[in-house]
Amino acid sequence: MQKNIIIAGVGGQGILTIASIIDLAAMNLGLHVKQAEVHGMSQRGGAVESHLRISTEEIYSDLIPLGKADLILSIEPMESLRYLPFLSPEGVIVTSTELYENIRNYPDKTELLNEIRESASCLLIEAEKLAAETGNAKTYNVAMLGAAAPHIGIEATELEKAIATYFAGKGEKIIETNLNAFRLGLDNAQK
Amino acid sequence: MNKQLLLGAEAIAQAALDAGISGVYAYPGTPSTEITEYIQKSSQAKEPFVRAAWATNEKTAYEAALGMSYAGKRSLVCMKHVGLNVAADAFMNSSITGIHGGLVIVVADDPSMHSSQNEQDSRVYGKFAMIPVLEPANQQETYEMTRYAFDLSEQIALPVLLRIPTRLSHSRAVVTRTEVRPQNDLVPSKEKGKWILLPANARKNYQQLLEKQQQLASLSESSPYNRIMEGTGKKAVIAFGIGYNYTMEVIGSYKLQIPLLKISQYPLPEKRIKAFCDQYDDILIVEEGYPVYEELLKGYFVNRKFRGRLDGALPRTGELSPAPLAIALGLSTSETKPIPAIVASRPPMLCQGCGHRDLFDALNMAMESYPFKQVFGDIGCYTLGALPPYNTISTCVDMGASITMAKGAADAGIRPAVCVIGDSTFTHSGMTGLLDAVNDRSPITVIISDNDTTAMTGGQDSAGTDKFFDICKGLGVEEKHIRLMIPLKKNLDENKAILKEELDYDGVSVIISQRECVQTLKKKSKVKKADC
Repeated sequence: MQKNIIIAGVGGQGILTIASIIDLAAMNLGLHVKQAEVHGMSQRGGAVESHLRISTEEIYSDLIPLGKADLILSIEPMESLRYLPFLSPEGVIVTSTELYENIRNYPDKTELLNEIRESASCLLIEAEKLAAETGNAKTYNVAMLGAAAPHIGIEATELEKAIATYFAGKGEKIIETNLNAFRLGLDNAQK
Repeated sequence: MNKQLLLGAEAIAQAALDAGISGVYAYPGTPSTEITEYIQKSSQAKEPFVRAAWATNEKTAYEAALGMSYAGKRSLVCMKHVGLNVAADAFMNSSITGIHGGLVIVVADDPSMHSSQNEQDSRVYGKFAMIPVLEPANQQETYEMTRYAFDLSEQIALPVLLRIPTRLSHSRAVVTRTEVRPQNDLVPSKEKGKWILLPANARKNYQQLLEKQQQLASLSESSPYNRIMEGTGKKAVIAFGIGYNYTMEVIGSYKLQIPLLKISQYPLPEKRIKAFCDQYDDILIVEEGYPVYEELLKGYFVNRKFRGRLDGALPRTGELSPAPLAIALGLSTSETKPIPAIVASRPPMLCQGCGHRDLFDALNMAMESYPFKQVFGDIGCYTLGALPPYNTISTCVDMGASITMAKGAADAGIRPAVCVIGDSTFTHSGMTGLLDAVNDRSPITVIISDNDTTAMTGGQDSAGTDKFFDICKGLGVEEKHIRLMIPLKKNLDENKAILKEELDYDGVSVIISQRECVQTLKKKSKVKKADC
């Protein structure tokens, strides 16, 4: 088994939370993991991505080769398209639909969502709505992880265990809220 | 406990702790910052104590590390590639003195310039100083080679340079640790002549360094980090450092049988390279960075069997990746989808609420009436003031250059000659330039945009916090021309007036524009909340 996942967003949105949870789950299962992150200048409101690779075999390149990503998991719709050259012909896009408009020439939302639908097999998630349902807007990223869970190559129960470990320092309530967000995302994916 | 998911940078830090360092010295710089931060946060660094506070710049860091080595202790010094330019004087001469306690210098290069002004290749510096260079390919090897670097440094009594690129520094993988080695005892060096580089001693030391080269080469010949993967055919690959990963990726996905020589320890193992090269007709040289060794192997009269970045088989610039490597090996790559035209570029920008924003608003207004609108800039978040909507900054070259370039421009006749420099950059390399301007009475306006932190790299301590007024006064700036302003919207008119007064002053003036970075403020309030 090998899964190549691009996690995309805007600097400051917290894509590394998603990556860290998948990392933890993969490590618990004894899988090989490589996860390249973006630090530095781009973190200031620029486009950021993480290349995450998990496999039963040794992984060499820290970067996913072009056309080899199984999943683009984006927490901002325009960012989901920026990494399209990495997506394999069978690859899937799972993206939130809420715009992060910090540039003047941001495209029209309807056109943008149509472009995503035409680009690949995709799942569009109103993540803000899901997060609001949990009562904690910060669970946005974990809700998106839930929505993408069927494409990650790791059982949802293992991801849930990793969520509990990841938020262990923050108390039971935060763990429960995040698990709730994860399940809401997952339910949406299975609709 | 022995298996951890670590960034390459963190693997270095953990390995250095396990290798028994007594101190790490560094100035923050992407992609090297996380090494020192990891040690600062590690409970392992508390007992026995490992000193880890930030240095003022890379040169002070390097010299302090050398001093710790003189005392017999192991020390680590870390910087980004351009930081080695700042530390170069100490670095080059430390290969002439040699070391006592193990000294490892980690230099993190930034091919593709993700967060840098250039993509200089630090292996050239290693060759220049004639010391061993280690270039691990993956995170586990990074851990092992960092530990090896300390042993090697003590074995040959020279500093050892460990080079990693951004992609390794900022990528995580599972790392297995080995046993912790205790710190060295305090046993200062007794070899007097070695440390006093008067010409007579330096000549002796230099001769010894030259004589050591053979030993270094033979260590490379037998190094387990340089190895051959057998294959078939007349084509072969020599892959250096992380280039090995991309080569293996392509070999794996295309199921190739191509022979491969992996190099991770320099100087080059000449005999091994020659024996390998003699067997093949067509050899692709895969280097992350400059075509340093491709050039060497090709030679002055160009041996055409070597291909690589120099002859265009691989792209001359930017970091490597699997696709161009596959193409260089004559393999066909599958067609990929293009980025749709609807996708707009999203460059980094100053944070909402950032004090630099209010400074640029005030400065743009204050500059309106002057024919020359140059503002000499420096290295930091505020460099983003070069982009819209501000378009304020005219230059960005190297740490501290804003002040000295403004001085030169003022000497040439530009009025007003104004520059913007961050607090951490000012103490890193700006103070000496300001002294030049004071001594020369060059009419410049220096704006220190002080946000209490080294912001661009993630909010590390800044060496001059709360000291700027005194520093500038001490350097000889007249007290009445050291002005303070708080960059807030409500102070816009007042700030504009302060700027205007000093822009019109025909001498050296400093304006300290002081407001805490919004990112560090957010972090602090989070910590406070958690404490409640």
